[in-house]
Amino acid sequence: MKNPDEPTRSASVPLLGACCADGGSAVSAGPCAVRVALVGQPNVGKSTVFNLLTGLNQHVGNWPGKTVERKEGIHRCDGTDLQIVDLPGTYSLTANSLEERITRDYIIHERPDVVVMVADAASLERNLYLLSEILCLPAPVVLALNMVDVAQQQGLGIEPHVLEAALGIPVVPMVASKNQGVRELVDTVLRVYREGPRGACRPDIREDHREVLAEITSLIAGSVPEPYPEDWVALKMLEGDEEITEMMRARLTPEQWERVHRVLMRHEDAILAIAGGRYEWVRRMTRAALTAPKAGQITLTDRIDKVATHPIWGLIVLLGVLGVIFWLTYAIGAPIQGFLDTYVIQAGAEWVRTNLAAAPWWVVGLLADGVIGGAGMVLTFLPILVIFFAVLGALEDIGYMARAAYVMDRFMHFMGLHGKSFLPLFLGFGCNVPAVMGARIVDSPKARLLTILVAPLVPCTARMAVVAVLAPIFFGSAAIWVSWGLIALSLVVLGVVGIALHELVLGGEHVAFIMELPLYHKPNARTIGLSVWQRTMGFVRKAGTIILLVSAVVWALSVLPHGEVETSYLAAIGRFLSPLGALFGVGWQMMVALLTSFVAKENTIATLGVLLGVGGEGAGLAQVLPTILSPASALAFLVVQVLFIPCAATVATIRQETGSWKWTAASVLLLFVVSFAVGIGVYQLALLAGWGV
Amino acid sequence: MFAMRRHHVRHTATSAAEGGRITLGALPAGKTGTVAELQGGRGFTTRMAALGFTPGAQVTMIQNFGRGPVIVLVRGTRIALGRGEAEHVWITANGGEAHEESR
Repeated sequence: MKNPDEPTRSASVPLLGACCADGGSAVSAGPCAVRVALVGQPNVGKSTVFNLLTGLNQHVGNWPGKTVERKEGIHRCDGTDLQIVDLPGTYSLTANSLEERITRDYIIHERPDVVVMVADAASLERNLYLLSEILCLPAPVVLALNMVDVAQQQGLGIEPHVLEAALGIPVVPMVASKNQGVRELVDTVLRVYREGPRGACRPDIREDHREVLAEITSLIAGSVPEPYPEDWVALKMLEGDEEITEMMRARLTPEQWERVHRVLMRHEDAILAIAGGRYEWVRRMTRAALTAPKAGQITLTDRIDKVATHPIWGLIVLLGVLGVIFWLTYAIGAPIQGFLDTYVIQAGAEWVRTNLAAAPWWVVGLLADGVIGGAGMVLTFLPILVIFFAVLGALEDIGYMARAAYVMDRFMHFMGLHGKSFLPLFLGFGCNVPAVMGARIVDSPKARLLTILVAPLVPCTARMAVVAVLAPIFFGSAAIWVSWGLIALSLVVLGVVGIALHELVLGGEHVAFIMELPLYHKPNARTIGLSVWQRTMGFVRKAGTIILLVSAVVWALSVLPHGEVETSYLAAIGRFLSPLGALFGVGWQMMVALLTSFVAKENTIATLGVLLGVGGEGAGLAQVLPTILSPASALAFLVVQVLFIPCAATVATIRQETGSWKWTAASVLLLFVVSFAVGIGVYQLALLAGWGV
Repeated sequence: MFAMRRHHVRHTATSAAEGGRITLGALPAGKTGTVAELQGGRGFTTRMAALGFTPGAQVTMIQNFGRGPVIVLVRGTRIALGRGEAEHVWITANGGEAHEESR
């Protein structure tokens, strides 16, 4: 991808010169594409700019070996293709997080033809901090000054031409949400590509650290590997960047390293001076171009936040928002899901059984029960997920999600979780798969892992659907209270497990809560639509690949070797586990039903129907079940069912997101132990309450 | 990476003046201070510095209920900080008026 003979490909390259389409990309660019990297801090509308440029002509994947989203797309413009990579949003380029590492590695190693830095005009000062870092990397930069309308509303006066003159790089004012300035941005990118960069004004280190930087530069001179710029490496070492320091430590002789190390130890807090210097540079750059309003004026954001971030009112607002989401889910999503289940999944499985009756039994079974009943069933939850994705996408775009995380931080804190973990966990009520995927937004790797581990304890719609069938059979009109009780119990268990894991996994470490609260703004339908589309497609792709595979395997276990559930390997495991079931008064059939819920949670009902010989309908079960289970056992069974190992889809996602079989196994084991422990505990309590008969 | 043992975080809570300096967590809502020092690991310092918390920067407290997280305004941006993080930022209170950043 990068041409080793041409480390600084920029100014002299003709338009049709050394161009290279990314071979690994799923989006095909023309043979000659201008490679553009989008960088920017979070909440600056970078995705909106990316979406405007690429439309649906984009591909969302992962960075190789990382659980960070990689978005690529093509913008066609008068026969020239811009191949655009949307780099992760970062506040700086010090290797604090995966996102920061990916962004700077891409610029340094992949050498994009043009880097477009998207900045929020309304908080220019902090945004240009990132620019001060990017300008130190060898790439031509264009500054896209987004949200100039918001800046104007705030009373900020910005003169792009003055800023351009000061910075020495092109500045393009934009309002991406209103589709303004895109054409100008593309023209500017192409112009920079053709003409090469002009002399950008690069920030210098502050005077008090100039000498020490020079000292480090001279100490490492000649040892810095290609394609890293020497002065940049020296600066990063002085900042205390672990990754770069480790890289140089491996390259220097022990004597050289000793000398460098001594200098670095003397200037351990240099980062503050360096960052301060960068902010001074920003101030110099913006002095003439920016006129700030008088301090102390109360903005709309301040007024909304008086309520939305208040410890009490904020909680009430949040509960209201969550209530609306649940209402939408149950009023619109659940009926559609039920419809799809009956008329697509069950009808589809029936169709396969009728029309492929001549095929071998395992072909029919695999298609009807493994593929359609497993992966297909997962897909019926799409309507519910689309509602979740749409509402959450809108709240995100408005700027409310950061407030929700802020309000919830007080509670998440106890589990050693970040307020942001609240979001993916909430998504878990819809389906655990996006909950596990959503844990990506948590910055700290340990807190992310913890979020993934507790996410399956959120009762998803599929589990609650099983409760909705079984609870009335045992508890009649009290079923609604049993359902709510199970949800409450799940959340209590989630809290307790979270606190315990926090001590065990994180060693009680405190996860820092540092989060920007963006200004509220009007939602943009296009941005929300695309985010719903991407998340939904991500889920569908998963259902079509890994979930399909795992469903097929678990189905095979449930019928092999003789083609019947009763004599299958899974049933053998169920019988093996029956002593465990005896502890809360349920027979082996119930244990097998639990195990088949691993394919898809709804299987619990179907399996019970088969094993108890009454067919998969609720009516037959309603007669038989109360005769074999006491209310105490039934309650305990529901508890275990709600807390049990999540479905295969979720487990597969856990494997993908943690990248570790060890943690996936740990998660399964944890949920297995927790579900039975709590179930048995509830059984004993119910016995005490006299529900044993 | 930005982690500290929790018990280290607690003991400075509600600290009053210490040579004219208080922690950011002790700054009442509506008041402005000047960042004097950041305590904590390098990850914390680097991250805070990038967001604008460098010595000399003006910070205005927007929301502080004495417990739980706080919201501050720094360099034109609203940042939510956990109580622990706010206790690791030492400031000198400005007495209500915002001064120009000076060094």
